[in-house]
Amino acid sequence: MDHAAAHHVAEQTSHLLRWIPLLPLLGAVVNFLVGVRIQRAFGRFGVAALASAMPILSFFLVVASFFQLRALPPEGRVLFDNVMPWLHIGSFNADIAFQFDPLTAVMTLVVTGIGSLIHIYSYGYMDHEPSAWRFFALLNLFMFAMLTLVMGDNFLLMFLGWEGVGLCSWGLIGFWYSEIANAQAGNKAFIVNRIGDFGFILGFALLFWSLDAAGHATVTFRGVAEHAHSLTDMTVWGWPVVTVITLFLFVGAAGKSAQIPLYIWLPDAMAGPTPVSALIHAATMVTAGVYMIARLNFLYDMAPATQTVVATVGACTALFAATIGLAQNDIKKVLAYSTVSQLGYMFIGVGVGAYTAGVFHLVTHAFFKACLFLGSGSVIHAMHHEQDMRNMGGLRRYMPVTFWTFLIATVAIAGIPPLAGFFSKDEILWKAFQKDPTLWALGYAGAAMTAFYMFRLVFMTFFGECRADHHTVEHLHESSRWMTMPLVVLAIGSVTVGFLGVPPALGGSNLFEQWLAPVMAGHQLAHDADAEHGHHDLTLEYGLMAASIGIALAGIGLAWLMYHRKALRPEIFAQAAGGWAYKAVYNKYWVDEAFYAVFLGGTLGLARAFAWFDQTVIDGVVNGSAVVTRLASRINGAFDFRIIDGLVNLTADIIHGFGGFVRRFQTGSINAYLYVVVMVVTAVLFAQAW
Amino acid sequence: MGVGLVHYLAVGLVLFCLGLFCVLTRRNAIGVLMGVELILNAANVNFIAFSRFGVAGYDGQVFSIFVIMLAAAEAAIALAIVLGIYRRQRSIDVESMRLLQG
Amino acid sequence: MENILTYMTFIPLAGMVAVLAMPRDAHELIKKVALAFTIPPLLMAIWLYMNFDRTTDGVQFMIRHPWIASYNIQYLMGVDGLSVTMILLTALLCPICILASWGIDKGVKGYFALFLLLNTGMTGVFSSLDFFLFYIFWEVMLLPMYFLIGIWGGPRREYAAIKFFLYTLFGSVLMLIAMLGLYFYNEPHTFDMLVLMENAGTYSRQFQWWAWLALFIGFAIKIPAFPFHTWLPDAHVEAPTAISVILAGVLLKMGTYGILRVNFPMLPLATQEFAFWALAALGTLNIVYGALCAMAQADMKKLVAYSSISHMGYVMLGMATLTPQGINGAVLQMFNHGTVTAMLFLLVGVIYDRAHHRQIDGFGGLASVMPVYTGLMTIAFFAALGLPGLSAFISEVLVLLGAWRYSMPLTIVAASAVILTAGYMLWMLQRVWLGPVNEKYAKMEDVSVREMVTLVPLAIIVIVLGVYPHAVLDLINPTLLALNATVANATEAVAALP
Repeated sequence: MDHAAAHHVAEQTSHLLRWIPLLPLLGAVVNFLVGVRIQRAFGRFGVAALASAMPILSFFLVVASFFQLRALPPEGRVLFDNVMPWLHIGSFNADIAFQFDPLTAVMTLVVTGIGSLIHIYSYGYMDHEPSAWRFFALLNLFMFAMLTLVMGDNFLLMFLGWEGVGLCSWGLIGFWYSEIANAQAGNKAFIVNRIGDFGFILGFALLFWSLDAAGHATVTFRGVAEHAHSLTDMTVWGWPVVTVITLFLFVGAAGKSAQIPLYIWLPDAMAGPTPVSALIHAATMVTAGVYMIARLNFLYDMAPATQTVVATVGACTALFAATIGLAQNDIKKVLAYSTVSQLGYMFIGVGVGAYTAGVFHLVTHAFFKACLFLGSGSVIHAMHHEQDMRNMGGLRRYMPVTFWTFLIATVAIAGIPPLAGFFSKDEILWKAFQKDPTLWALGYAGAAMTAFYMFRLVFMTFFGECRADHHTVEHLHESSRWMTMPLVVLAIGSVTVGFLGVPPALGGSNLFEQWLAPVMAGHQLAHDADAEHGHHDLTLEYGLMAASIGIALAGIGLAWLMYHRKALRPEIFAQAAGGWAYKAVYNKYWVDEAFYAVFLGGTLGLARAFAWFDQTVIDGVVNGSAVVTRLASRINGAFDFRIIDGLVNLTADIIHGFGGFVRRFQTGSINAYLYVVVMVVTAVLFAQAW
Repeated sequence: MGVGLVHYLAVGLVLFCLGLFCVLTRRNAIGVLMGVELILNAANVNFIAFSRFGVAGYDGQVFSIFVIMLAAAEAAIALAIVLGIYRRQRSIDVESMRLLQG
Repeated sequence: MENILTYMTFIPLAGMVAVLAMPRDAHELIKKVALAFTIPPLLMAIWLYMNFDRTTDGVQFMIRHPWIASYNIQYLMGVDGLSVTMILLTALLCPICILASWGIDKGVKGYFALFLLLNTGMTGVFSSLDFFLFYIFWEVMLLPMYFLIGIWGGPRREYAAIKFFLYTLFGSVLMLIAMLGLYFYNEPHTFDMLVLMENAGTYSRQFQWWAWLALFIGFAIKIPAFPFHTWLPDAHVEAPTAISVILAGVLLKMGTYGILRVNFPMLPLATQEFAFWALAALGTLNIVYGALCAMAQADMKKLVAYSSISHMGYVMLGMATLTPQGINGAVLQMFNHGTVTAMLFLLVGVIYDRAHHRQIDGFGGLASVMPVYTGLMTIAFFAALGLPGLSAFISEVLVLLGAWRYSMPLTIVAASAVILTAGYMLWMLQRVWLGPVNEKYAKMEDVSVREMVTLVPLAIIVIVLGVYPHAVLDLINPTLLALNATVANATEAVAALP
């Protein structure tokens, strides 16, 4: 759609917008400063209520803004709220200003909606936590940061949210910091994210200065959208500038959204409490990268080379992570790798230019992944923090609500219609196929594995006999209402959200795509073009859909055979290829170990070398200069003492010697004196005579 | 041949030499002083001789009276010094008066 | 209030006299008197902040009296955007340092007297516009530091003190040579900096070259720039807490202040030529080298010292770029670094006061033991690694933006330091504050009220400037833009004097 037109239409302001992120910030500040006292006075309910009220209020504000947005014509569907000027130096101008367009609306609905549910869930989950105030404060702070990220109207404000979610992620992963592994996981997350941020900063700098060189210095998204075309012919280092910018920004996205090779922090992040994994590492923070690319769709459309990279990385990640998920025994690790894999799909989506499809999958994934994580949390909570699936089993009898919601979410993720995951995943696969069948193939294989390992999880956890010890089994019961209620809501979402994006091929009008159309510049054209070709490829589309459903069912079937009927023993696969395939997958391809050895070890080694150099060589020079100076001064002193002073003393010695010589004449003997007198007189007389 | 100037001068010379010899070689301080007296008197003889045979005038003789007076004074002082030295070191051997040795 | 600068400079000197007049054993009284004499400059600084004209780039609050007329030396003081920010920083940190010195128990009188003298010296340097006066105040700063480190410091204090003193003095001598060079080069001979700046167009290229080099080495020692930086880790480690704070907070800014006050406006041609290697490349080296060295340290203070070297590298890089973003970022970084590193050293001091050692691996789990302290520490650490929303981010991003325009390869190298900084700061945080509680320190007391009073104002500034950086940027922007213009427009001297 024409952004220029949107820009020239009078900008609609809504001063409600600022409260959407500010309310959670307020909650965070209060809980940080006086949370301890609130907890003492009102128990954990006090802090939880305060903390949950904030995102709930924000959610209502979001809904209100959403309706306000709907009332506007599609070309002018943006609301703005400029809070205060932030940084204005030279041609660089960034304000603390929020915008609310269809894409932001979608993101904020997800963030506040699912966020609120998770806040409520946390009250039930963290029932034995003495530092609940800190937990809820961090959760609220996270909401603030995430909302700033998606609502910021310029790169700098988005980056504030970007790093802010990193900070909260660090704090929440390492929440139980007395266990050093948790703290280390938190650090890992932050540092790996920083690698991504490094790319982000460079991309942003290049973008700003390129626009400045073209005469349109701006950092707001609408400004960049309006003037992006002026970058088409610029190059840097021999490459088109837009390609380099988008590549750098993609590095940032890969860090935040856990794509190869920067995904390694996400599985470790499971060390944090499960609500954190649900909120941050499934529904919201990790989607920031996808959001950014969707937000900058016009830029990525100008850089087909980067798009190929994005899609390829996404596809490889999708498959790679899925293979690792096959062999994990920790329930959360399976879900973690599943998240990485699903994120890969989203990147395939935005990488082939199907931005709406990517965002759609983001939304559906948020629902069913959050449901899965919260469900696993329910299981873990009931099993007294047991996370190994080998010690679970048969839980459906004890935890029916958890079981049913979990099952619904699993069916959704496996991509079985009419649940949400099918529509979103399939749209991506369809668009991927149109771009490059290889991408489709990788995604297809991943989908198969997804169905398999998710149902493996379900069968190991909820079916069969409970393998836990007697004491745990006795205490197994369904979780409290605070935990099950959000599960139900999310499960309903996993079923219904898909209907927002029913493709035309199946009779729907893809409301989702229509809603996001104003944001996706130039995609109206692609959509129209697609509609033209649509008729021809309908068979292909149906065929692919059928293939997806088929392979998903096959995966489910295999899992059922192996883990429920126990007809096929997993060991067969484990021993395949001499056991190496299994070992590789089980050990996550030793990527972490390689990373530690190369990067951590390398950097530490470099650091020690530099420190040694500083201490021994540089300081050595300084101390050496002191030694040299002392030596010089000693030489100087010796010179002064021996030579200069020596001359003085020599003079005295000579005179002394001379005197010693002369004094011999003073014999004291009178006779001698007289002799001398006589001699001299005689001599003088003789001399005179001559 | 009468007694001329030369004869007087010769006497004076002999006296002078004898006196010089005494001064240079005597160990006794009094002896040295005696030598000094001889030298002085030799000079006196010289003066008188020249006064008698030389240029007109009585300058020589006047000079002699001065010299005799000086000799007396000097002998008195010298003998006083010798007396003082004797009191100090109980000997008037010139060889032993080496206090001014440098 | 036209004489405000004189008051701000000499009230602490009066305080020194007052302290010296007190009986040696009246420790509490001495401390209170010392504190009392640093409050008026702080209030005056706030007044200055509010009444500073932010639209002009010229000198304000000028005071001019002839002093040693036969050599044309004047008592000339005045502030522009650059110096007023530094004076603010000094006035802010001095009372905080006095509060942080409350634990000194031997030689109390001497300590506080010397500190007040140091205060005078610092404020004087920033206010002086006569080069001779500038030099005097510069030297006045050196001697108290020598004693403060050498007497009240740690085990290797004598070594650290003499190293600091001689190294800095060496730099001062070079500055003296350049100063005299400028004096004699100008007709009529003058030390008046404003006149020296005006005549910058008449200095020959060769003269500018040598003067710039001499001055730069002198200032580089203070920044501290690689390879003249090795006095800093020793000085910081051995100095008592409050002295580390003032050293990092204010004294390190002298170097870059000097370059901006002297090298840039008076020797603009040479600045253009030297900017890449002496400022940008060296600054980038500082950033990365400091970060890597910090990572390998086992002593907390040494780690923070190396991180200081790293952060000052940003200032150097920003200055070289001659873009509005770069130079504003550089000076803002000077201010921010003053507050953030001050906080870091205060925090380390809190631990050292209680545990009497600073070995990173000797602690653990302190977050459970000291929650309030941990909260303040988190703010400081994340500010140090440039978290958006806190002050240091703005300055770092401005510097990087400016640097990108100037040299992309250098910026890429400099930006990689964000990863390294996060690495070593979080690693130290984890080793000391997270993990299981180290039994030895399970009973460590949380921050006292006095310590809170030193830390909280700094924390507030760090947070406020992250959201409203124009509080400082408005002060410095006009002056710095003018400075940039001076350097950028410098051309070969038209009428070169011999």
